[in-house]
Amino acid sequence: MSATLDKTHDERILRTSPLRRLLSRPEFGSVVGALAVFLFFAVAADGFLRASSLGTVLYASSTIGIMAVPVALLMIGGEFDLSAGVLVTSSALVSSMFSYQMTADTWVGVGVSLLVTLAVGAANGFVLTRTRLPSFIVTLGTFLMLTGMNLGLTKLIDGTVSTKTIADMEGFPSAHAVFASTLTVGGVDFKITIIWWLALVAIASWILLRTRAGNWIFAVGGNQDAARAVGVPVTRTKIGLYMGVAFGAWISGQHLLFSYDAVQSGEGVGNELIYIIAAVIGGCLITGGHGSAVGSAVGALLFGMTSKGIVFAEWNPDWFKFFLGAMLLLATLLNTWVRKRAEAAA
Amino acid sequence: MTLVRLTGVSKHYGTVRALEGVSLEVHAGQITCVLGDNGAGKSTLIKIIAGLHRHDGGTLDIEGEETVLNSPREALDRGIATVHQDLAVVPLMPVWRNFFLGSEPRTGLLRRLDVDFMRRTTHAELLRMGIDLRDVDQPIGTLSGGERQCVAIARAVYFGAKVLILDEPTAALGVKQSGVVLKYVAAARDRGLGVVLITHNPHHAHLVGDRFVLLRRGTMVGSHTRDEITLDELTSQMAGGSDLESLRHELERG
Ligand SMILES: Nc1ncnc2c1ncn2[C@@H]1O[C@H](COP(=O)(O)OP(=O)(O)O)[C@@H](O)[C@H]1O
Ligand SMILES: [Mg+2]
Repeated sequence: MSATLDKTHDERILRTSPLRRLLSRPEFGSVVGALAVFLFFAVAADGFLRASSLGTVLYASSTIGIMAVPVALLMIGGEFDLSAGVLVTSSALVSSMFSYQMTADTWVGVGVSLLVTLAVGAANGFVLTRTRLPSFIVTLGTFLMLTGMNLGLTKLIDGTVSTKTIADMEGFPSAHAVFASTLTVGGVDFKITIIWWLALVAIASWILLRTRAGNWIFAVGGNQDAARAVGVPVTRTKIGLYMGVAFGAWISGQHLLFSYDAVQSGEGVGNELIYIIAAVIGGCLITGGHGSAVGSAVGALLFGMTSKGIVFAEWNPDWFKFFLGAMLLLATLLNTWVRKRAEAAA
Repeated sequence: MTLVRLTGVSKHYGTVRALEGVSLEVHAGQITCVLGDNGAGKSTLIKIIAGLHRHDGGTLDIEGEETVLNSPREALDRGIATVHQDLAVVPLMPVWRNFFLGSEPRTGLLRRLDVDFMRRTTHAELLRMGIDLRDVDQPIGTLSGGERQCVAIARAVYFGAKVLILDEPTAALGVKQSGVVLKYVAAARDRGLGVVLITHNPHHAHLVGDRFVLLRRGTMVGSHTRDEITLDELTSQMAGGSDLESLRHELERG
């Protein structure tokens, strides 16, 4: 491709150097940040470089990363989802309670949970595109309603704030294997969520860069009216993006359920911001139209390294939030600066 | 052949009367210019032909068939391509993605984007219009205003539009770039497209136009073919004839 283009091109081709290409990648800033944080903890924290730590760090990263991927896609599409954190808990609760109350196979609960969770995602997208309210308001509404329902329904049905264990039910071992098992490679334990995470990153990258839907996602986030005017189905694209977030919430929710066999109904509040932070650190533009799935993964990795690195360094974990805030600011500044330079010179 | 015919069309935005009783014809291989001051209703008029707004009164005929367009997609499917004044492109997206947006070619079992074809075609089509982009991967927002307009025109021609609507393509451009854009407008006409050119510059209109429709505050104040009107008449009609005369008096120094 580039070979044929080079021939028809003139000397001006020199001005788009490979370096500039690299700099204008959305995830460039986060990769630099990740390297810096890695080196920092490699020096500052004993045990950070141990092989077993790799599994721990990647596990922490994957639990955020699974959600950061669809949240990043949504953000590229120009919207937020503040209900993403509690939706994970809702998804786990539905699965657990349906299985328990209907005394069915755990897999039936898993299936019902998928349907219910996707429906919530679709509802978010539907209300958003119908009312044309900002997604901040629409999903804040969903966030509050889900938070209340998670606690209210659990207390109503189970009498306490957590669900009953489903560990002795049919299908539990296989569901546990799919959503919460541990694989040992070369003596190091890796959680299966890491595989879910990497698979989601790969699929999301492919969708973004190599499919029509991906083109539409960039377009609705970059200039919704222009996209509509050339025939892009804006409503369908946005609803699809919210359902993507719901799908991530379903995987995360099932992991939550099958790794502990019971669910605390108050969990998940605040995580939505962490997913957004990971996506932004990874180069997603908060106004939409720019970003990458790989970037969100690097953002999640930064998150995982910092949260575990602080533990390995035996510091007070309270400092974690401080680090996160500083990283968010630095990464965003770096991303903005790099993009400006790349565009000005392009 | 009459590709598009508007007859007595009106449009209200709530209580705002944006258009009232406007008629216009678009012929294959001709340029119809719509002239008017800011707020005259020019953009509203073409948004009706583009399928973005539905008209409240009058009729819209496309190739002789009375039609109500419900979406831009319907207009596109009928061969009507529009380059809007305010919503032409997605600035952060690469040129080649913008070029094919909404009509992406796909290939293979997984129906993936035919990226090689898209890149190659974008480059070739722009080259045919005389734009040699050094990199079709650069965000379209980094192109000059004139180049962006040309990309949009090339795109409409490539996708086989029969009618090309341009909303003030030269409004933000310098003299030289305006000239380039007008050349491509004429090139599109020579290929047999019916062109609707919106402008508030009578000089640009008279350079290329075959018929002229003048709007003022939502109503049609004139409709002429090229042989009926001179540039001076067009200019004075556009400025509102007597209005201009009184302005001259006001500005005259004693
Ligand atoms: N979406 C809208 N809602 C309400 N009023 C509108 C809308 N679009 C345009 N108008 C009004 O309609 C009139 C014509 O606008 P427009 O067609 O954009 O004029 P032009 O393109 O000739 O400058 C103006 O008074 C404008 O304020
Ligand atoms: Mg206008």
